[in-house]
Amino acid sequence: MTTAPLRATDLALVAVGGAAGALLRHLVDSVAPATLLPWHTTAVNVVGALALGALPALAAVRRSHRVATLLGPGVLGGFTTVSTWAGQVRELAASGHEVAAGAHVALTLAAGLAAAALGRWLARRREPDEALR
Amino acid sequence: MTALLVALGAAAGAPLRYLLARLDGVFPRGMLLVNTLGSVAFGLFAALSLGEAAWALLGTGFCGGFTSFSSFAVQAVEAPRRVRTAYVLATTVLAIGGCAAGWALGAALV
Repeated sequence: MTTAPLRATDLALVAVGGAAGALLRHLVDSVAPATLLPWHTTAVNVVGALALGALPALAAVRRSHRVATLLGPGVLGGFTTVSTWAGQVRELAASGHEVAAGAHVALTLAAGLAAAALGRWLARRREPDEALR
Repeated sequence: MTALLVALGAAAGAPLRYLLARLDGVFPRGMLLVNTLGSVAFGLFAALSLGEAAWALLGTGFCGGFTSFSSFAVQAVEAPRRVRTAYVLATTVLAIGGCAAGWALGAALV
């Protein structure tokens, strides 16, 4: 459990960032072509997982708790979604596309977890300015 | 108009997620709860065949902003191996199962 004090500022930053991230996801949804496998949602989740993993690579994120909160649980939390993914899997399975439903589960998990791990690896590498010190 | 409703829904869902994520321990039970509840609600709203405006606010906005795949994925790769397997399995089964349960509930209501 988190015991750090809950700040109203953090909640506001997450609300603003979450709204921005959800808008971006909505924009991707609205331009994506209709396909049996919803690639656009997979892409959103994979890109978001990579970005969240790599976020500490940004000096501003390491320096500022507020920037980290705005971009992490805020923008990237609102951009990516588990509910839409689950809804798409349910709909594919219910409409007789069981193989596509299974593929959507497996591809999102495999690519999403690999992207998060890659992001973490990128974040662990020091930025040039720090490496020179 | 649709875009504004998506933003509004997420502006409510995202801070609610942030609050519940405080329950996370070695096992991320807060985020598991968030992703399960959000998927149940998504299935329920989908079965109710909401209009475009209500869906933008509640489905795309609130549920989409409430649940988070990026947090789930990063927590999973950072967790100890045994926690990771259990967390990935639990999230996948409870999110998809929860969504199906929410849909069944919604379908029974309409």
